[in-house]
Amino acid sequence: MLELSGIHKTFNIGTINEKKALVDVNLKVEEGDFITVIGGNGAGKSTMLNIIAGVFSPEEGRIVIDGVDVTRMPEYKRASMVGRVFQDPMVGTAGNMNIEENLALANRRGSRRGLRWNIKKEEREFFKEKLKMLDLNLEDRLTTKVGLLSGGQRQALTLLMATLKKPKVLLLDEHTAALDPKTASKVLSLTDELTGSQNITTIMITHNMKDAIKYGNRLIMMMGGSIIYDVKGEEKANLTVQDLLAKFEQNSGGDFANDRMLLS
Amino acid sequence: MIFKTLLTGIDQGLVWAIMAIGVYISYRILDFADLTVEGSFATGGATAAIMMTLCENFVSKGSGQGVFIAIVAMLIAMIIGGLAGLVTGLLNTKLKIAPILSGILTMTALYSVNMFIMGLNLGFGNMSSSLALNSTLFTKIAEFMPIGRNWIIFIVGIIAVAIVVGLLYWFFGTETGSAMRATGNNEKMAMAQGINTQSSKILGLVLSNAFVALSGALVVFQQSNATNTMGVGSIVAGLAAIIIGESIISGKFPFWARLLSVALGSIIYRIIISYIYLTGINTDYVKILTSALVVVFLAIPFIKEKVGKLPKKNKKIKNSDNGDSTDVVQSEQVDTVGGENSDVSEQISQNSATNTANDGDKAVGEA
Repeated sequence: MLELSGIHKTFNIGTINEKKALVDVNLKVEEGDFITVIGGNGAGKSTMLNIIAGVFSPEEGRIVIDGVDVTRMPEYKRASMVGRVFQDPMVGTAGNMNIEENLALANRRGSRRGLRWNIKKEEREFFKEKLKMLDLNLEDRLTTKVGLLSGGQRQALTLLMATLKKPKVLLLDEHTAALDPKTASKVLSLTDELTGSQNITTIMITHNMKDAIKYGNRLIMMMGGSIIYDVKGEEKANLTVQDLLAKFEQNSGGDFANDRMLLS
Repeated sequence: MIFKTLLTGIDQGLVWAIMAIGVYISYRILDFADLTVEGSFATGGATAAIMMTLCENFVSKGSGQGVFIAIVAMLIAMIIGGLAGLVTGLLNTKLKIAPILSGILTMTALYSVNMFIMGLNLGFGNMSSSLALNSTLFTKIAEFMPIGRNWIIFIVGIIAVAIVVGLLYWFFGTETGSAMRATGNNEKMAMAQGINTQSSKILGLVLSNAFVALSGALVVFQQSNATNTMGVGSIVAGLAAIIIGESIISGKFPFWARLLSVALGSIIYRIIISYIYLTGINTDYVKILTSALVVVFLAIPFIKEKVGKLPKKNKKIKNSDNGDSTDVVQSEQVDTVGGENSDVSEQISQNSATNTANDGDKAVGEA
């Protein structure tokens, strides 16, 4: 479904701030995989997702989504294959537009936008049905401005928008980190429900090791711009937080004390 | 005298309203402070003026051809104005020049273009900084309609504003139009939803400057004279109209009402200016008065916030314009309407850093 091969990405090349964000990253994702990604700050997790989404292009390497080489495809075109939810709840939705307008925009992801009316009548029913799944009573508030919703509501809506048209890959960049624990767990179980019911291939970055173990069928750990640990199936299901910390310690050498805090 | 001044003010307001609506597209919808309009306004006027001048000898009086030519002249003015917007859009999106600077560069270049256009009747390559007109749309209509000039401008102005508002209301309800609104509201989101934000911006600037040029053409028809400097200060006049309009009608109204409020703002602004002229004040003072007026209106939300911060915070936020909606969520405003049954809606969106840190502490403790 998704294949990264030999990806290298360096920021600020040739300056004093040069930073190797990704070093020879290779990843093969099967259809329907739900991969959780953990790693300390600066490990390259977000950069990897941004490379897949097309925000940055790599210096070296190839990105193939569902058989299509997208390495040089601009971000907005890649959006037809990639659904995204960001860490900041404000980023995923247009606050000045109302709920149905936001959903209508998402429902046209990947198709040509012409001079037809933005929202069709039959679409409204479809939106209502989908909003009901969120269990937030938003289905009766189609014309409410999204800017008036809470962070959790906006994030749930973003998640719905990212999966409204089934993406080839769903990228979740710490999408619950800005929410309080209760809301975060609600959004997470919603994530599980939405991706599971449609069998969406998903990559989720998280700082929470328990969540990383609980969700998904595969787990990867990144450090210094590389994937240092990749586990799936039974072995992944039997992981404990202690195992992950040990793994992390084993690979990180002296920096562990600092990174341990960041990893949680 | 008083009534005539009022009618003149309304006429002026109507023809300038289209310019203000053009500014509304770039400034409010695209969130792009586009200074191209100072040039493209004059470009529209110059284009319409040269068309009328060059075609004058071929038009037989009272045949209706003159009206037709004038309308074609306005459409060509829109195309040339749109091209100016295209240049600014390309400078910004393809060459990554900052919005303000892109506009200033195009505006400056347009001075030469405008002089070239106004010199065309003297022979190709001649430059002229002004062009006086013998016949305009309004004089041509007057050949058929034996009513006062002011009334003709009034009727034409109303029709023109109605067409522009109708067209834009339709356009911003279409897929392309909402993609443009999303681009101006949240570019990152727009891109994630597969919107080509560069094209959106370019198209928005083309539209904006096309309408600004149309307004320039109408103003030239009204004053029977085109000059290279007629656009100077127009951006501030456009902003004044937008701001006055918004102070009358705020975010809760439908989109067409907000466009109409800009037109209304323009009319009010021009009426004020007309009465300032009546006092016999030197007209060169009008620009400083306009700037001061816009500064006051722009500062009002900030001052209101400063003053209102202490006791009634929540009320203030709830009543705030939709333009501040990001702030609404980032502050402590919780939305509970209709969300009583849900976990999420009970929650408050909090600062991400605090939360990440909290989660971190907790999990480390558990580990």
